[in-house]
Amino acid sequence: MSTTVVNAGSDQTWTGGNEPLKASYGKMMMWFFIVSDALTFSGFLAAYGFSRFKFIDSWPIADEVFTHFPFLHGVEAPMYYVAFMTFVLIMSSVTMVLAVDAGHHLNKSKVTIYMFLTIIGGLVFVGSQAWEWNTFIKGEFGAVKTKGGNILQFVDTEGHRVAIGDFAIADAHAERVQQENKNGLWFVSEGTLPSFTVDEVLHGLEANDNILVRTQTLTEEGHKTVLSREESIKLIKTYGVKVVEGANLKENEYGSPLFADFFFFITGFHGFHVFSGVILNIIIFFNVVIGTYERRKSYEMVEKVGLYWHFVDLVWVFVFTFFYLV
Amino acid sequence: MATDHKLEIFRGALKFKSNTQKIWGVLILLTIVTVIEVILGIIKPEILMGYVFGMKALNWIFIILTIVKAYYITWDFMHMRDETPGLRRAVVWTAIFLIAYLVFILLQEGGYVFSVYDEGYIKRDF
Repeated sequence: MSTTVVNAGSDQTWTGGNEPLKASYGKMMMWFFIVSDALTFSGFLAAYGFSRFKFIDSWPIADEVFTHFPFLHGVEAPMYYVAFMTFVLIMSSVTMVLAVDAGHHLNKSKVTIYMFLTIIGGLVFVGSQAWEWNTFIKGEFGAVKTKGGNILQFVDTEGHRVAIGDFAIADAHAERVQQENKNGLWFVSEGTLPSFTVDEVLHGLEANDNILVRTQTLTEEGHKTVLSREESIKLIKTYGVKVVEGANLKENEYGSPLFADFFFFITGFHGFHVFSGVILNIIIFFNVVIGTYERRKSYEMVEKVGLYWHFVDLVWVFVFTFFYLV
Repeated sequence: MATDHKLEIFRGALKFKSNTQKIWGVLILLTIVTVIEVILGIIKPEILMGYVFGMKALNWIFIILTIVKAYYITWDFMHMRDETPGLRRAVVWTAIFLIAYLVFILLQEGGYVFSVYDEGYIKRDF
């Protein structure tokens, strides 16, 4: 298997060229790279755990955040989409390992087909993640942020979430133009303005008897606390400072800002790995097609990128558990 | 070349005829485990919401099933089963030790910081 190292013969123990672990240099280094990359990911996930333990009584509930499925608007489908993504990634792992197996039998046409399917699986996954990000950033219901940075959401009397746009009373006179650095204060700009002001939300809240405020605090049973009418109006009136729609790195309508930060960083870092894995797979795919490994009589390169690709799948299994399930 | 694959899982309880067959077998196993996880995650049976060793029983099940999945991905898809014990231990034990250490320290500290906000004099909600 050693394509880069000159084999000095097995009788000479100390002259180099030996493989005490029966794995080639490249494969072993891929394994040790994977160990170090696994530590980076566990650093991310452990930091997520730290932040979650720090705000254990008010952390967002993932089931309530990721309820969307493409083409099914308004249907609550918690978890199904991520389960689908997990399955896509496991499937592409299977085609990858089948490619490695075909490589062991020096079967070029089979390696080509399986590598191609693996690439398609990777692209479907990255695309799904883009959709997931888009939905997450856009948000659905909107919320009000308090002076202390907490998020207040709205529910009806049965406990179903209500979007701000459904009850806020728009005030035509309160409209404010977004300040850009070319026309407001010199070189001072601001982000996109939310569709409603806190006053408009407050008027809507006062006018609709069936709307209540839901805070982030979790009850004993693990549900979010819903306030009474009086408390709701008082809280928005006294502490509400800003309407939040969707998510960015500073604030989000789902709860703790750290929740969105970790969502972006962990799934983003993983998505970047999938993306670079797809690029590596494409390079190897073309090498297979032009017959590089056929001439070398060894498909070990397929095995090495295969290791990386399975690792990406392995990481997703953990992200799926710790971000979406637990 | 690693053509001589070990073709049995569950400590020999299940033997496959070829490597390809083993791959499909492992896929079925991983799919079953994922489906169980998703079903439990959606239903959230009341009986599993009790606390065991400071964490919900359901969460323990999720974590154990995840480790089961990780084991089969590493052992059969990444062919760890066919590597020498030296390489296997160098990779697996190093990672498990460091990750367990990191997770323990950070979760312990996170719980402590929570208790400072919860019972102490530092206030975040104003």
